[in-house]
Amino acid sequence: MIPPISKILFRHLVKGPHTMRNVPPPDPDGSEELARALGETVRARLGRSLSIREVDAGSCNGCELEIHAVNNPVYDLERFGIRFVASPRHADVLLVTGPVTVNMAEALRRTYEATPGPKWVVAMGDCARDGGCFAGSYAVVGGVHAVVPVDLHIPGCPPSPKQILAGLLALLDSVAAK
Amino acid sequence: MMGNITLLEFLSVGQPVAEHRPFPRFRLDSRAWRAMVGQLAVAEWSVMAMWGEPDEVHLALRDEETNDIAVVSHPCPEHRYYSLARARPSAIRLERAIHDLWGLAPLGVEDRRPWLDHGRWPRRHPLAAHSLPPAEAPFRYAFLTAEGDGLHQIPVGPVHAGVIEPAHFRFHAQGETVVRLEERLGYVHKGISGLLSGTSLDQAARIVGRVSGDATVAYSLAFARAVEAAIGCEIPPRAVWLRALMAEMERIANHVFDIGAVCNDAAFAIMLSHMGVLREKILRANDAMFGHRLCMDRVVPGGVTRDLAEEGAEAVKHLLYGFRKDFERAFQMYENTPSLSDRTLGTGIVPTSLIHRFGAGGFVGRASGRGQDARRAPGYPPYQHLDLTVPAYAEGDVNARLAVRFDEVRESLRLIGRILTEMPGGSFWVPPPHMAGEGLAVAESFRGEVVVWVRMAEDGGVERCHPHDPSWFQWPLLEAAIEGNIVADFPLCNKSFNCSYSGHDL
Ligand code: SF4
Repeated sequence: MIPPISKILFRHLVKGPHTMRNVPPPDPDGSEELARALGETVRARLGRSLSIREVDAGSCNGCELEIHAVNNPVYDLERFGIRFVASPRHADVLLVTGPVTVNMAEALRRTYEATPGPKWVVAMGDCARDGGCFAGSYAVVGGVHAVVPVDLHIPGCPPSPKQILAGLLALLDSVAAK
Repeated sequence: MMGNITLLEFLSVGQPVAEHRPFPRFRLDSRAWRAMVGQLAVAEWSVMAMWGEPDEVHLALRDEETNDIAVVSHPCPEHRYYSLARARPSAIRLERAIHDLWGLAPLGVEDRRPWLDHGRWPRRHPLAAHSLPPAEAPFRYAFLTAEGDGLHQIPVGPVHAGVIEPAHFRFHAQGETVVRLEERLGYVHKGISGLLSGTSLDQAARIVGRVSGDATVAYSLAFARAVEAAIGCEIPPRAVWLRALMAEMERIANHVFDIGAVCNDAAFAIMLSHMGVLREKILRANDAMFGHRLCMDRVVPGGVTRDLAEEGAEAVKHLLYGFRKDFERAFQMYENTPSLSDRTLGTGIVPTSLIHRFGAGGFVGRASGRGQDARRAPGYPPYQHLDLTVPAYAEGDVNARLAVRFDEVRESLRLIGRILTEMPGGSFWVPPPHMAGEGLAVAESFRGEVVVWVRMAEDGGVERCHPHDPSWFQWPLLEAAIEGNIVADFPLCNKSFNCSYSGHDL
């Protein structure tokens, strides 16, 4: 019997990949926000390659679902040289979701400290901007900026994979620009 | 004789509370409460949820024999009550959380460690009538120990590997084998019960829809049904079917992704890619039909926010046809890859006795023989027209938890096919009237029963509300599942449970 996995691999060889062709343009607002944030000197260092550590600082897990989506074959984030890593010590970028809860604030701060420079922080989702609908609770500190400096916001609840791609590409462009 | 008394017979000694719908609520004094705790030791009543108010503790119970549901309330002006923990270990963490939030102390328990409170909040017992000043320093958590030759500890988290929610896991291991795992949760506690006290209906609906984002439809559904029960709001029939459509789409999207992710944790990455594509199809269909990939905020009290156009229904039928074929191909691949079966078969077994003691539902329960499903009991429309089948397995291992998911995806695909053809026409929303009242509702999310209790104010706002996540009764079983397995199988077991951190931490 031909193993089912061979059949699937063969189909994809013939039919081509699922990956979407038209890449969303880098988010113009994001590029501007970043241009202000990045010094000329750090831009050239990384080329077109970024390692990201995701930090859930209190999210409802909706944002995580869409981060998983940008890694699926349809959006395939890795083809742009952006990949997710397991340790903050390997990361250039922290992608932080959620309103920062009081119980996570220290862990977020320590994760930031463990990340080597130059480093960037992307606050993803409406909660990460200002706490979203959880703002004002005794257990919530607020947006990510209340704990660590933020370089870029990606809006949405949760942001769609296209919005995430556009945001991260804006980051990549600004980092790579000479 | 005593063992056979039904829940409702037993509770008739209590004082019924008016305006609680559709299930009755009874208030018990200390004696009756203690008698109830005693009865729990012998009766087949399972704890569905437990929560507090500044001077009262509430408990939702189900009689497993008659399927009756009731809420039991116990006023505790002294801020103490007799604990359920001995009869129902599933209540231990709930009682610890109630103590942290409302300052109501359970009597007769050994484990007095705070649970959600890490000693960092600006005040202790934040939801009590009189909260206390903050702790002087964050608490040191006294993990349970294991002693013996060659035992070592492995601390993991709260920021742990991958794109995942935060929690701390403390392993005691002997070589590769896990001797004990203890979880510490509470990192993503957002104070949701506090935010839901005295708020507008719209705001409350938004917040409840974000208790656990992956189950947003189920939460919104349970909330909407609880509110509608409380205020006696009858929704249009079409809305009922549209809600079921969204709920089944959510179930499929989560199950296929879980299947992919579990296989990925067994180093079989092609399944994750395959399932990622299938999930994307469902989310895009959601977006096309309802304008949101996860259908957040689409189910609201009074109905749904958006109708489904005729072309939309046709497009989905077409999409699901191809979906089914791809899904079955993936199933063939799963079944016929021995190196994968080697990792999933016999790994992370939860004994059926524990499942019943904890009243665990969802795929965790069904994989170990407990076939409880809220769509069947207590049941809610439109499922009584759809001949729902609920899968159950006896093995209780990772493979069985995946098998339940495979079966449920097929069943949901069938349900969606019927929903699309049988859905009645008409309007999809009515404005909910302003009325006071209390309601409780249960909805079956992809991971188990979501319970929402609500008390509505006369002005149409929400006075109090408590959402309960199925993960409360599944997290403790993960500790049991991993015992005796190798550390490297933890991600596999954890993903096969896929408990919600956010839903649990609230
Ligand atoms: S932005 Fe929305 S999806 Fe993301 S964590 Fe907040 S509530 Fe959840």
